[in-house]
Amino acid sequence: MSKPVRPAVEVYDVSIRYKRGDLKQIGLKEYIIRKLTGKLRVDDFWADRHISFTLMPGDLLGIIGMNGAGKSTLLKALARIMEPTEGTIYTHGRISALLELSSGFDKDLTVKENAYLRGALLGYTRDYMNEVYPDILAFSGLEDFEDYPFRQLSSGMKSRLAFSIASRIDPDILILDEVLSVGDGWFKKKSEKKMREIIGSGATTILVSHSLGQIRSLCNKVLWLNKGKQVEFGDDVAGICDRYEASYKGSSEGQRKA
Amino acid sequence: MFLKLRRYKFLLVELVKRDFKHKYKGTVLGVGWSLLSPLLTLLVMKLVFTQFFGRNAPHYTTYLFVGILVFGFFSESSKGGMTALVGNSGIFTKVNVPKYIFLLSKNAQTVVNFALTLLVFFVFCLIDDINFTWRFILMIYPIVTLTLFNIGLGLILSALYMFFRDMQHIWSVATRLIMYGSAIFYMTDRFSPDMMVVFRCNPVYDHIAFIRKIVLTNTTPEPWEFALLAGFAAVMLLIGGLLYKRYNTEFLYYV
Repeated sequence: MSKPVRPAVEVYDVSIRYKRGDLKQIGLKEYIIRKLTGKLRVDDFWADRHISFTLMPGDLLGIIGMNGAGKSTLLKALARIMEPTEGTIYTHGRISALLELSSGFDKDLTVKENAYLRGALLGYTRDYMNEVYPDILAFSGLEDFEDYPFRQLSSGMKSRLAFSIASRIDPDILILDEVLSVGDGWFKKKSEKKMREIIGSGATTILVSHSLGQIRSLCNKVLWLNKGKQVEFGDDVAGICDRYEASYKGSSEGQRKA
Repeated sequence: MFLKLRRYKFLLVELVKRDFKHKYKGTVLGVGWSLLSPLLTLLVMKLVFTQFFGRNAPHYTTYLFVGILVFGFFSESSKGGMTALVGNSGIFTKVNVPKYIFLLSKNAQTVVNFALTLLVFFVFCLIDDINFTWRFILMIYPIVTLTLFNIGLGLILSALYMFFRDMQHIWSVATRLIMYGSAIFYMTDRFSPDMMVVFRCNPVYDHIAFIRKIVLTNTTPEPWEFALLAGFAAVMLLIGGLLYKRYNTEFLYYV
């Protein structure tokens, strides 16, 4: 008798709200001025509204939608960086979230110092970092820049290092924001291969990508968001992608006519 | 909260290293400034108050130095604690780490810094003919309570600073007020008992007085003085902890 498989990720009716223009955001002085002049307006902005889906272990979910659809906010909630305003998220297993990889480095630290700091942030131990650091450096191709301060590096170099450190994770649930591959030429190929290895190792993966081709070829489930609302979710990857493509082609043609 | 700390030890150490690096970014002397800057402050104050104001109490240099070092520790920790969250917002909006870790790393850095200045202080004690006794060990107590106090205060200030950036300017004025109220360069024996109650409400003054008692008069502070220091630390940690617990999930929206 096999045990019933437990879902890896369960999202129930999740909504996330940003407040705009309240006391804490605009500061005390501005608050009083607006209050006196009657211009105080606090509006709610729902980045995500009533999102629900379930993923089984090993599932590969692609999230699609235009800019501002609420994709990144949803990823932050799944990564536990943010708390949903309403609804609940259950996750089972270790989560690794790779969001905006090359931001958050310190420009005054050297490549080596930044690598260790980033490793520590991703939850690696010092022993593990000592062990894999030479490989990380080699993978990123930055051997000659080990002691350079970060501000002297090109942005391509930074993202190469970021990817090389991050690709050492071994999560049960992997959350990716446009980091399937980075850099150009030789590194793009290498990083994409590495990412496919990690995904292929059985981690439940949630992926935001603007490349529909990638989503079609990798994912077995798709979530389509539009202005914070859930348009479709399901395993009909080709169908959902087709309808999504049709929707924005229609609107851009509409704009051209107008 | 502190159980999780073991897991984050590596991160904490790396952050402390980074904070040190930032502090001495681009300087020739580097960490030497930790030793030199309180020394120069001492020199200036000593010059001003002995030459211009004619102060000449016995061991005035040591008296002054205790005040400068303790106040310097407090002022650096509280200011650094205040900006610890805003300064690291680029990290905690992308990675799921407990945000208080940035406050702890900043405080760890200032404690190490303070420990370095204490070495210089002991050298000055030697020069100033101060008797070293077993009581010097008691100095650990106010250092621990002040550190806890600073962490609690940092939890409060960093949360406020997140929501009102005006805090930076308010706090710099408040720090100045605390400085003048901490009897760093003047004696308190001419004040009335009522006035002394006011002094006792200033935790920085209490910590300075505690250490001066050990170093200058070679006596053990009273039990109520021990309790007072612990009380300040406990109250700050409690308020700071509650505030952090209530608001830490909202910081993200105000970066």
